Amino acid sequence: MKIVVCVKQVPDTTEVKIDPKTNTLMRQGVPSIVNPHDKHALEMALSLRDQLGGSVTVLSMGPMQSQEALRECLAMGADHAVLLSDRAFGGADTLATSYTLAAGIRKIGEFDLIICGKQAIDGDTAQVGPEMAEHLGIPHITYASQVEAGADGAPVRVHRDGEEGTEILEVKLPVLLTVTHYGDGPRLPVVKGIRRAFRAEVDVWSVNDVEVDRNVLGLKGSPTQVRRIFSPDKRCGCEMIPGDACAAASVVATKLRELRIIGVGS
Amino acid sequence: MDFKLTAEQEMLRKTVQEFAAKEVAPTAAQRDEDEQFSRDIYNKVGALGLTGIPFPEEYGGAGWDNLTYIIAVEELSRACASTGITFSASISLAAWPILAYGTPEQKKQFLTPLADGSKLGAFGLTESGAGTDAAAQQTIATADGDNYILNGVKTFITNGGEAEIYVIMAMTDRSKGTRGISAFIVEKDTPGFTFGAVERKMGIRASATQELIFRDCRIPKTNLLGREGDGFKIAMATLDGGRIGVAAQALGIAQRALDEAVKYAKERRQFGKPISSFQGISFMLADMATQVEAARLLTYRAAYQKDQGQPYSKEAAMAKMFASDAAMQVTTNAVQVFGGYGYSREYPVERLMRDAKITQIYEGTNQVQQMVVSAAILR
Ligand SMILES: Cc1cc2nc3c(=O)[nH]c(=O)nc-3n(C[C@H](O)[C@H](O)[C@H](O)COP(=O)(O)OP(=O)(O)OC[C@H]3O[C@@H](n4cnc5c(N)ncnc54)[C@H](O)[C@@H]3O)c2cc1C
Repeated sequence: MKIVVCVKQVPDTTEVKIDPKTNTLMRQGVPSIVNPHDKHALEMALSLRDQLGGSVTVLSMGPMQSQEALRECLAMGADHAVLLSDRAFGGADTLATSYTLAAGIRKIGEFDLIICGKQAIDGDTAQVGPEMAEHLGIPHITYASQVEAGADGAPVRVHRDGEEGTEILEVKLPVLLTVTHYGDGPRLPVVKGIRRAFRAEVDVWSVNDVEVDRNVLGLKGSPTQVRRIFSPDKRCGCEMIPGDACAAASVVATKLRELRIIGVGS
Repeated sequence: MDFKLTAEQEMLRKTVQEFAAKEVAPTAAQRDEDEQFSRDIYNKVGALGLTGIPFPEEYGGAGWDNLTYIIAVEELSRACASTGITFSASISLAAWPILAYGTPEQKKQFLTPLADGSKLGAFGLTESGAGTDAAAQQTIATADGDNYILNGVKTFITNGGEAEIYVIMAMTDRSKGTRGISAFIVEKDTPGFTFGAVERKMGIRASATQELIFRDCRIPKTNLLGREGDGFKIAMATLDGGRIGVAAQALGIAQRALDEAVKYAKERRQFGKPISSFQGISFMLADMATQVEAARLLTYRAAYQKDQGQPYSKEAAMAKMFASDAAMQVTTNAVQVFGGYGYSREYPVERLMRDAKITQIYEGTNQVQQMVVSAAILR
């Protein structure tokens, strides 16, 4: 099975703070990591490969520094790594990003499965995976938690986790999946994997290496523009309402009515 | 001069940190309490590939270097000093002399399983009458046809009872003094090789320390390591490298104590403020941090010298002496920062303090390190 996993290098958001004056992310000194959901996607891909054979290619779009993230994926066991890196790709929103990644996938060529993390923890949009599937004209299944491969060429069964339970879907390949969490979580790289990763080539492709319409790339091709980033004011007070359940309930009801959360008549 | 580790080494460090946090640290206090050696953890250390770091690929290793191996010892020890020494004793004291002095057949047979982590190694030099005076060996090896017959008792042997492969020093010719000592590879389950008392210890209680007893233990002559009479030289060279491992163990313990003390000092409030706001505490933390950093530089430097193929005996002795003294001081001060809670077994720093003490003693007491360093500078 030929699998492509899309990964993004992101700032470790557990360590990022927002400058309250400028409302911008304070990125200095914040370590870069592989987007955690993408690591689960990679784990799913590696497990499938280990079980069925084939290959796993990791694909990323980003600055040259993103090679670090791809190396980590190689260390975990990915077979090939490709980085789409060019000034022309910079400033992209989800539409331009998914367009560019789709072009990268076309260049990679044959594939059975594309697996993405559910969302990147810096943007949190969850749009890039599904949009990429649209660009490529293939089906997609979000929140996949398990894949059962059939015989060669047969449809695969995908478990899709929802709040109410798990849906089991049958789908023909190629398909794109997005993953929140897989199994016991991503494996650690082993020492020999780290050694291999640092001796492997990361293919770096510029705008000239992929077939794209330059007008819909990067900032130019991005209908979404970020105006402002801010943390909402934290206004959470907590009030304890004493007394027996009946009396407390009527106090709560009165308060909710005052706040116009429930109607006066109800 | 470049003080930066490579990106590859940084990835290794991060990997060992994540591994230790998940697989080693959570049970460390309980294993200490129960004096419980864990083979399961060592198997995982092997599966991760840490055991192969400094060995060539043809013998199951990763073809990497000593500095990277030392970083692994440091990070494992930060989570659990017992795991750190279990690892270091197998790699530095058992696998390394086989790499350095073994025949290709011995390397294939004994180094490969040590490097891939499927087997555990140990090193037996110390006897009840031969501690610092390691040359006073009473264990004897008598040649008999295609065999040697071993008789004697080794005390305080790390990984004793648990290891499968033992590098053992014994007298082959008492008349030749230190030149009459030879090194042998002895496998567990060889008839005549049994284990005696299990040592009950102050610290590193989750590491195995046991007596080795040889009673007419017959081993093939092909298990002689190096030539007859090379044993003392092999033992001293092995300890030179092992000391870098002990320095790294001490460094890991000290770093952990510093981490714990800094965290606690920010959280604990007295007089309405965090205790870190008192200079009496913050300056103590500053000294601790400086000691840890100095220990790290000496330790990495000794490993670097070894990787460069340069002499490292003096550097290793300095690193071991300094890092172990630093570990003792830093852990003692960490207990001080914690106050009464530091003395309680509910918190990790009392274990760190007990674990630190051994690093001043084994693989040559710090008095021995002073002898090594003074001999080198007064030459
Ligand atoms: C937990 C543990 C694990 C160990 N693991 C191993 C192992 O795997 N393999 C192994 O072979 N050994 C091992 N040892 C043994 C250890 O290396 C010895 O305990 C150590 O070398 C000291 O020997 P000793 O205990 O006989 O002390 P002694 O030699 O009796 O020393 C007692 C004191 O006298 C000092 N002293 C002795 N001679 C001199 C001198 N000439 N000048 C100044 N001071 C001197 C020493 O520094 C020390 O302070 C281990 C010990 C312990 C406790």
